[in-house]
Amino acid sequence: MLFGIALISIIIMLGSAFAVLFFENYLASVVALSVMSLALSVLFVVLQAPDVALTEAAVGAGVSSVILALTLRRIGLWQDKS
Amino acid sequence: MTETIGIQLVSYSGAMGLILLGIFALVNYEHLIRVIFGLILLEAGVNLFLITLAYRADAVAPIMIEGQTAAMVDPIPHALVLTAIVIGVAVQALALALVIKTYQKYGTLNTRILAQRIAEESGTRMIEGIPTEVKKV
Repeated sequence: MLFGIALISIIIMLGSAFAVLFFENYLASVVALSVMSLALSVLFVVLQAPDVALTEAAVGAGVSSVILALTLRRIGLWQDKS
Repeated sequence: MTETIGIQLVSYSGAMGLILLGIFALVNYEHLIRVIFGLILLEAGVNLFLITLAYRADAVAPIMIEGQTAAMVDPIPHALVLTAIVIGVAVQALALALVIKTYQKYGTLNTRILAQRIAEESGTRMIEGIPTEVKKV
């Protein structure tokens, strides 16, 4: 049961980590980074670290994505292709 | 017991994958935003590695409940990673602020063009992409 959850979240995490690097659109990369952070927090719960999972979900998926998106808007890459 | 070993194996391989992807992005891309993406992936991989290191077989989360006899996972890497996550976000914010300032001054984020501009500005010349000082005769 726990092993299945760990395997699924690892697959989601590595898939979205690949997507971060190979998406053309920068905003899509930021969204993929947020998905990777959420899958990582699920994995932290499986590894018996609920405090770290809470922090990762709040800080990694929330604040980090917000500051990245604000930077993209500031430097004009909001809808640009690389 | 076999389930525990499976979870540990899968987590270690996930951490290694994230670290390798982060290093790949750091050395491969020329755009500064992509380099920051690589930095974030690397940091997540290291955090996952430390949490996996603290994991024990048949252990519960390190929260004290009265009359508890089961073994706990190691709480010291948890505290370390909790701090490292917050510090990582601060590092990201600093790097993004520097990126915004660089874009406002030079109008580009490509590292090769930036190295060339900075070399021209400071009176040095480029040898194969690395700015070196001009020797005065």
